[in-house]
Order: sequence, then structure tokens, then C-alpha cells
Amino acid sequence: MNDIAPVHSIGGYVPMVDGPEKVAGRAKYTADLIRPDLLAGRIFRSPYAHAEILEVDVTAAARLPGVKAIVTGADCDKTFGVLPIARCEHPLARDKVRYRGEPVAAVAAVDDATARKAVELIRMKVHELPAYYTAAAALAPAAVALHARRPGNIERDVLFELGSVEDGFAAADLVREATYNCAEVCQNQMEMHAALAEYDAERERITDHASTQVPYYVHLMLAQILDLDMSRIRVIKPHVGGGFGCRTEALNVELITALLARKAGGSVRTVITREETFITHRGRPETDIRLKIGLSRDGRITAVECECDQRGGAHSGYGVVTILYSGSMLYAIYDLHNVKYIGRRVLTNTPPCGAFRGHGTVDVRFAFESLLDQMARELGLDPFAVRRANLLAAPTFTDNDLMVNSYGLPQCLDWVETASGWRARKGSLARGKGLGMACSHYISGASKPVNWTGEPHATVKLKLDFDGSIVLFTGAAEIGQGSSTVLVQTVAEVLGLDISRIRIVSGDSDVVPKDNGSYSSRVTFMVGNAAIAAAQNLKSLLVAAAARKLDADPGDVECLGEVYRAGAQDKGLSFQEVVTAALAEAGTITVTGNYSTIPESHGGKKYRGAAIGGTMGYSYSAQVVEVSVDEDTGVVSVDKVWVAHDCGKALNRLTVEGQVQGSVWMGMGQAMSEEAAYHDGLLVTANMLDYRVPTIFDSPPIEVGIVESDDPHGPFGAKEAGEGSLAAFLPALTNAIADAIGVRFNDLPVTPDRVFAALGKRRRATLDGGD
Amino acid sequence: MAGILEFTLNGRRRGDAVPDNLLLLDYLREVVGLTGTKTGCDGGECGACTVLVDDEPRLSCLTLAAAMAGRRVDTVEGLGRDGRLSAVQRGFHEKLGAQCGYCTPGFVMASAGLLRRNPRPSEDEIKEALGSNICRCTGYVKIIEAVKYAAELAAQGAAP
Repeated sequence: MNDIAPVHSIGGYVPMVDGPEKVAGRAKYTADLIRPDLLAGRIFRSPYAHAEILEVDVTAAARLPGVKAIVTGADCDKTFGVLPIARCEHPLARDKVRYRGEPVAAVAAVDDATARKAVELIRMKVHELPAYYTAAAALAPAAVALHARRPGNIERDVLFELGSVEDGFAAADLVREATYNCAEVCQNQMEMHAALAEYDAERERITDHASTQVPYYVHLMLAQILDLDMSRIRVIKPHVGGGFGCRTEALNVELITALLARKAGGSVRTVITREETFITHRGRPETDIRLKIGLSRDGRITAVECECDQRGGAHSGYGVVTILYSGSMLYAIYDLHNVKYIGRRVLTNTPPCGAFRGHGTVDVRFAFESLLDQMARELGLDPFAVRRANLLAAPTFTDNDLMVNSYGLPQCLDWVETASGWRARKGSLARGKGLGMACSHYISGASKPVNWTGEPHATVKLKLDFDGSIVLFTGAAEIGQGSSTVLVQTVAEVLGLDISRIRIVSGDSDVVPKDNGSYSSRVTFMVGNAAIAAAQNLKSLLVAAAARKLDADPGDVECLGEVYRAGAQDKGLSFQEVVTAALAEAGTITVTGNYSTIPESHGGKKYRGAAIGGTMGYSYSAQVVEVSVDEDTGVVSVDKVWVAHDCGKALNRLTVEGQVQGSVWMGMGQAMSEEAAYHDGLLVTANMLDYRVPTIFDSPPIEVGIVESDDPHGPFGAKEAGEGSLAAFLPALTNAIADAIGVRFNDLPVTPDRVFAALGKRRRATLDGGD
Repeated sequence: MAGILEFTLNGRRRGDAVPDNLLLLDYLREVVGLTGTKTGCDGGECGACTVLVDDEPRLSCLTLAAAMAGRRVDTVEGLGRDGRLSAVQRGFHEKLGAQCGYCTPGFVMASAGLLRRNPRPSEDEIKEALGSNICRCTGYVKIIEAVKYAAELAAQGAAP
């Protein structure tokens, strides 16, 4: 019996619990749910960017044999939207269309070919309106309002000044100002959007399968759009092929498919194309930034002024939250005072933007870390030294009332500085090669969810039955990030059991407790804490049962996972014996664990919207990027990335590494090649060749250093790992390019064309004798 | 027009009436019901639908089903032996070459094709074999590790 000990998996390299079915091709995604009775859904989309709808004629389409249902804006006068304050989007346009590709009508037919043919027969008459494809055009004084409730096309303006920037700049030894432009980017997750809705006309119930990160929000919006009691709706989330934020709100695809299913009185599957998936969008908005920083001679930041315009697209979406994050998350990474932020979220005739990985923080962080690097160089300071001169003294609250407890940024800086050989190599690389560094951070879940109901942030249920298996029920949406694995590990750890004893059930609203979903990096922190609470509750019941059986005091019972005993000499009870004893009292055991954030983490009230940015724990990241620039072609190659990420505690080192590498790489795509480009409002990069995603050839080795700052509130000390490392790549890259060739790029993406043009300009300037 | 397609799918002889214009991808998914092969784009952009035709990786979205007459087609469902994962599948699982898993069948098949013709590939050869497959989760770092590990497992006797 001496070798009996609790089993540990926390902190190990644990392959994903749902990995075998993914690699074997057995994992079912929404588009894989194929049955003979399904109707095929297809969407008719607006060819106009901005127009009043005069008529939508579906008569010819309706006459086509095999067409079972057609829905238009006339079928639904309800609106949806993720923010309760901005639910103003119709699933199918009514009265007006506001971007090219906006859904106007939809068809359910016996097969996809018939549905496509029917869509081609739909006609639309409109009165065209002037359309605005840039934030500046939409803000022009005479511009027609996209939405009557938003004259001037400003979805939200934000203005705050905490401290005095005037005083701060006066106290600085160096003040610099620069402008930055970051192109709009798309998540482009591998699975195209899909929905399958089954309408039970007899019972007036609907079951919706959706490729979503937020089954609960889909549930809410289905109730709203269908005008159906929530209890008549069931939402199922099959395997999901990535999200990166574009699925953190109910999408028109899911709602339209439900409308079709109800009208057809049957089951409809809609799988939209890659082009339509791009147009559905919800990516990161094109952002223009004016940034001004004051630095003292020793590198202390004395003041920051940031002006940020976001081209938000045609509907509100998460827009208000995005523009607030861009301001609030200036804080919580460095010790800042005297900060002014002016943000404008602008409505334009382009597809609606949303909450792309690193939501709201990425473009502003790019500008900030770029300008800091440029100014450090001007002052003759090392970029690491400038960061170290501005570290927070955690635990602390920032000027905008964000609660910072654990703070591993100093350790992140140390790790990447050493691992990259920065001190020895910086400045001594061959011609055309350079090193750059930068930092970033992110939240571990928004402390106040967008849909505030007063319920706990997370609930986990465990069922223990006669067979000794534990089933974990959670609404947390596994989308490939590993949430199911980390929750199984968490429960197993508390009970000292091998993870094979735990099975997980998620993603079916009939079965699992409600969860807000997988966004803002909330799951590990919030649902993880709820899982710990549930497992502790279960353990208490098992210990009590063992105590009764052993005729011992519960306080004397030791849980060794597979054995419970009272004292070291006791041979104890097997787990199965304890389970049988526990069930003897009341039958099948179910326990619940809840988690709620503490009020101190909810952000402040110093300006309107100051709750945005509040979280229980911030992750931190530092990166060094090494590049080679081919001065003849303008091609930039990333040779290597060193990244250190403070995730509090790595619950699963394998998935933490995978998340950090994926974040860095996604930042690389935005920095170097990805751009959603429009021609008269038409998204002309709506495929994976023109929307240039890095291939395996373009992708560097990414060495990950895990920093564990042991957050006092995190589950086993953990914080987020899946978003915080994205932003730092962008400025680390441009800082490296500046180091390599002496040219600084403030506009993204840094394509070979841009590098080539900049080098040519410099060459001509040199030939002209400078200037 | 339609014709009878007779070929070998995952080691089994099979005959189906298929329209001449049916894509191999749609045949596998909608007719046979093997949904492991994924549709990831509007045609030839992403590699998620990669299958092996006579051991050579091929995009099933750019291939007509009818052209498979007399050929040997392998999909991700056909790799395992006796219910256990193949070396490449094990590599992608254990080294986290798969996150969301959607591109995974395509990567697994392209990798299996590589190891069948080149059991000990260099890193450059791995990149070349996977150069037309897009993954949006991993940054490819762990995919390269997965294939290297799979090659080790295969060298110890596991089927690729």
C-alpha cells in the first residue's frame, strides 16, 4: 500500500482529452452532421453597400421545384446584438442594407444545388445611398447616417484624462508623437460557419447546432429573434474548428437557419462558403492611432496621449467594448499616470467587426511599444531598460482602478533577454539582420460579463454514480483551446485521481449548466475555479462517507485518490468502496461548484465604461523577434521568436505552449501579410490566397518560456495563456526591422511591397544627398 | 451523366453510382458518410480535404470522384490499425499538432503520404510536404514536432 499516492496531472504535458477523435477524423463538426432529411440553407446577400430596400422579390425562387421555405426581412422584425445596449442588427435586412454581403433573404431547399439556384432567382430593388468605406468618410459632416440612432456615424466616443497630460509632458525630457495604421484583419478560422436547426412543429421547440464559442448567447438571441420562450430552445455546440473571437456573438447564420427551419417545419443545415465566412467577419477593425508619449531621461513614462479611430463596420457588435478596451488597456502593464484617451468607434459600410483575439488591445499596443522603442533609441537607452523603468509595483490598482495582483512581466523580460542572447547579440548581427522586443498583456476574463444577470460567472456540475466514473458537466465551449482537458485535469487533481476516471460533457443546453462561453480568456480562470469548487464539494462527501465506513473522524481521513484511509497504518478503502458507501446514503451524487469574481476586480467608475478592462488577473508577455531583411526584394523573414508568457501557473504545459505559439503566429500574420481589402465595399480578399495567411514555410521556430507568478485568485494560481502573447509580436517585429535596416514601419501589414518602397525612398534620398 | 465508380476506399472494395461532376470530397462526405475529410475553403486554398490516392496526397476538392476508378483512396478514417491510432495520428495527438482539429485530417494525410515515400524526412522536407496546408491554431511549430515524432514511431514499426 505504500506506493498509493494521489495522481497529479496539473503542471504536466497532457495531450487533449478529445485529441484521439480529432486525429482519427471521428470528431463531428456542425457541417459533418449529415442526414437524409436535412434541407439545405443558402443566403441571398446584398450587392449594394448602402441602400434603402424598396422590394425583395422571391416569387420566381418560390416557384422553383424543391424549394421548401424562403425567409426575408419581412419574416422577422426583431433585432439582435451581443451588447444589451446595442441590439440593432436584423438577421435579414429590413428597410436598409448597410454593407455588401449583408443577408437579405434565405432559402431552404431539398438540396444545395436547388437552394443555390433559388438564391440566383431572388431580385432586389433599392434606392442607393452614399456609402462610406473609411472611418474618415463616415465622419464627414454631410455623411448620411447608417443608423438613425447614431447621427454622425459615431457608435461610441470615449474621452478620459486621468492625471494631467499637460503636466506630464512638461515634466518630460523627450516628447514624441507618431501616427499608426493597422489594417483590418479576419480570424479566418479553419471551419467555415455552419448551423443546423431542427424545428419540432408539434411541440413548438427548436434545436440549434451551431459552430459557436458562445452557445448561451446564441440561445438568448434565438429566443429574441424567434420570439420564442427560452425553455423551448436547445442549443448544441458540436466540435468547433477554431474561433479566435469571430464566434463570440450569435451570428446571422445561426439565426437565419432557425428562421428557415421554423418556416419549413423541418430541419435545415446551412454551411456557408469561405467567402461568406469572411464577409460574416467580426474581425479586428482597421485602426488609426495618434500616440504621444513623454519620457524622462532615465526612461520613465511621464504622460501618454492616445487617439484611436476604429472603422467598425455596419453594425454595433462588440464595438463599444472594443473602443473602451483600447483605452483602458493602456494601463495594467506599466506604471502610468497622466493618461488621456480619445476613442471613436465609427459605423461604416463594411462588414461588422468584432472581438478578435486580444480584443481591443492589439493595435494600441503595437503603437505604444513602437513609439517606446523609437524613443529609447533616441535617448540611448536599451529597450529592456525602458520597460524595467516603468514596471508596476504589484499588487496595486491602476489609475483607472484595474486590480493587478500577480505580475510576472519582470520575469518575462529576464527570460527573453537571456534566451535570445540579447546583450551579446544586439547590435552585432550581420547586415540586414535585426533584433526587436516588445511586451503585451491581457485579461483572464471580463470581471463583469457583457450580459450581466447577477448569476455566478461559472457553474460546474459533477455526477458520481455506481460505476465509479465521474462525469463533468460544463457549458464551457471547447473550440480547440483545450478547455475540456484543463477542466478534467482540475477535477482529477482535487480528487487525486487519474484523468481517465473523469469524462466531460459540454455544449448541450439541455444537459449542461449555463456558461457565458469561450471569450476574453475567461474559461480556465472562471470555469476552472468553479471546477475546483465542485471537486472539493465531491471530495467532502467522499471523505464523510469514508469516515462513516472507517468509523473515523472526517478530519482524520486522508484522500489518496484511489484509496481513502484513516491514519498511515490503516489499509483503507478503495475508491470504489468509498463510492458505494457514499451512494448508500442518497443514491447518485451530483454536486455543483460556482465561481464569481470579486467586486474589487470590476473596474472603476472614473469615466463611462470604466468597467471594461477589469479582470481577476492579467497575463503578461515579453517577446524578442529576430529578422532578416532582403534589401533587394523587401522580403522580411522571421528567423526566430523567443516569447515568455506569465500565465500564473501552467496547468497544462503542452496546451499553454500551443496557445502561446498560436498567438504569436497569429500576430505575425497580422503584422506581415494579412489584410481585409475592399473595392467599393466589396471584400476582395475573401479567400485564403488573397487573404494571405502565413504558411509553414513563412513560420519561424517559436521558443516559449513559461513564467509562473502564482496568482492568488487563479485556479492553482493560473491566469490566461491564449491571447496575451499576440500583441507583442507586432511591435517586436517592426522594432526588429528598424534595428536591421534603420527604417521604422508604422503601418501594418509590413508587406514586401511596403519594405521595398521604403528602401527605395531611402536610396533615392541618399542619392539626392540626404534630406 | 452518372457512371459506376469501382475503387478501393480505406482498404475495402466499393462500387457506387456517381454523377460525373461529383467531387471526391463531396462523394466521401455526403455519399459515403466519411466526414473526417474536411471542407475548409471554396476550392484548393487550404488543404483540409487532403486524401491519399495511391499513396500520393491529393486535394479531394479538386478531384472528381469518377476519376478514382480502379485507384486506391485512403482517408483519415482508414489510417488506424486494430482501433489504435497510426504513428502520424499519435504524433499529432501527443505533440499537440492538433488544436481545433479541423485542418488536422488534411495535415495527417499529407504527413502520412510523406512518411510512406520518405520515412526519415528532414525539417525542410516536412515543410515542403505540408506547404499547401493551412493551420490557424498552432503556428505549425508543434505540427513539425508531431511529424518528426511520427517518423520515430514509424521507424520503431508503427504504421504511418
